[in-house]
Amino acid sequence: MPCDSAKLELLKDKARAIRRWSCIMTAEAGSGHPGGSLSAADLLAVLYFHVMRHDPANPGWPDRDRFILSKGHACPALYAALYEAGYLKGVDLKTLRKLGSPLQGHPDKRKLPVLEASTGSLGQGLSVGIGMALAAKMDGRNYRTYVMLGDGECDEGQVWEAAMWAGAKKLDNLAAIVDYNKIQLDDFVKAIVDLEPLEDKWRAFNWDVQSIDGHDMEKIIEAFDRAAAVRGKPQVIIAHTIKGKGVSFMENKVKFHGVAPTKDELTKALAELDRA
Amino acid sequence: MPKTEFPTGKATRDAYGKALLRLGKEMPELVVLDADLSKSTRTSKFQEAFPDRFFNIGIAEANMAGIAAGLASSGKVPFISSFACFLMNKAFDQLRMCVAYPNVNVKVAVTHAGISIGEDGPSQQGIEDVALALALPGFAVLVPADETAAEELVVAAAKHVGPAFIRLGRAEAPKVYREGEKFQIGGSKILRDGTDATIVANGLLVAEAAKAAGILEDEGLSVCVVDAYSVSPLDETALAAAARKTGAVVVAEEHLLDGGLGSRVAMALARLCPVPMEFVGLDNTYAESGGPQELLEKYRLTAPWIAEAARRAVSRKK
Repeated sequence: MPCDSAKLELLKDKARAIRRWSCIMTAEAGSGHPGGSLSAADLLAVLYFHVMRHDPANPGWPDRDRFILSKGHACPALYAALYEAGYLKGVDLKTLRKLGSPLQGHPDKRKLPVLEASTGSLGQGLSVGIGMALAAKMDGRNYRTYVMLGDGECDEGQVWEAAMWAGAKKLDNLAAIVDYNKIQLDDFVKAIVDLEPLEDKWRAFNWDVQSIDGHDMEKIIEAFDRAAAVRGKPQVIIAHTIKGKGVSFMENKVKFHGVAPTKDELTKALAELDRA
Repeated sequence: MPKTEFPTGKATRDAYGKALLRLGKEMPELVVLDADLSKSTRTSKFQEAFPDRFFNIGIAEANMAGIAAGLASSGKVPFISSFACFLMNKAFDQLRMCVAYPNVNVKVAVTHAGISIGEDGPSQQGIEDVALALALPGFAVLVPADETAAEELVVAAAKHVGPAFIRLGRAEAPKVYREGEKFQIGGSKILRDGTDATIVANGLLVAEAAKAAGILEDEGLSVCVVDAYSVSPLDETALAAAARKTGAVVVAEEHLLDGGLGSRVAMALARLCPVPMEFVGLDNTYAESGGPQELLEKYRLTAPWIAEAARRAVSRKK
């Protein structure tokens, strides 16, 4: 799908809004996962405001493209994307993680039916995505299913069970996005279990593989366009990102995987995001 | 006179295969997934009849449960099958996260439950699967005694909106019920009435419970036998009525004592009608390789042991 400069500006604005909300929501909650929300913001903006076919006025549309946030801890970014897209009418984003809120600490499809899956126990989203892609094939529907994985999440064996099956069955209506921000909870990914060579791993499982800068809007769009045209293989986009992207003191900091900004930090973060 | 002996029937897994064929014709949305055990679980029958609606996921139970959740979220009614131990133990978190927690319409039909699978030994014997299924909020948990019950309960599970677990066996099962007998989620069956004690059982041990009642009858004890095939929801009303009438209860199951039918019945009766209770099941142990009947005898799951437990319960009556 072509993307003009006005659309690029819109996508950048939406990514900024997702980042702002991710900081505000986690700061308000006093807990949560800002780092991986900020790293995924550009990818989510492109998915929800350019790539995916969906209709906020008709969330149950059977032909909608599906998105599963398998790295469920980055849900502040997903809630923000949904909100910016016009879902979550009447939901106060500042109730994240608070008692009675549909915005659970990790995505809960039962409390927030617009979500495609409940996630938060890592490694499972790709399998669920396979089920949706398979149903599309069975029913002759042409929707696509997108699953976003964390890099640390790729430690989970189930990711590779799913990758093997989808590759073997040539599920070309399924795409995975790895938010490769290089940091997991305890340390840098390289220090815990190095995923490299990551491209080769997916390729060996019969996936179409692209590696991109996950903060370059045009490159992200190109990658999704290219992926959608691939036949006979599921596609993975390995998005090289920066944990905490957009807020200088959060960038590449292991701490901000799972620690919310303080009120002071929030003020600084928002000022930086607004300047960018 | 109530029966104490039953003719040998088909294994409950065979009834599952048969039920799937029946359902496949009625329900175009029904799909079946297996993890490389389709010949043993009998889902291969469905595959032959409906190849486009059968998916072999390979030896990857966790992936299978997740895929089923995605299919169910897209309007399909998936049955997933493997051995009880593999599916419940290896895919428990996926059943928790992707099925129970979002309340997705997936049916889990496990075979080779219990120690009566025999020679393959403890690594293949599901003895904790009911406890795990009961630890999934919202799941219907069903343990049929014979082929008739199994076929009817598979159909009931398919038509039920919400997750369900059905426990099936490898061994040929005594034919306890006549064809056409009706079963429902939340129900139970009273095989025989009695006044001195109640034996509550399910699965393969229903027939053993009936035998035990025969042994006790010869000793002058009148024993009620209840098939609690629906462990969750449990037919608490029927169980409380039986406990009230007889004043002593034995629960027998081919499962670890911890967390299975016995604990569910005890929890219900502690609240509704506390009476002396005894329990027959695997007591804090794994079994071993051996013939099915030899194992049931060695691990004290047969009629004489159930009768002995009933005598103990009766002796504790005030």
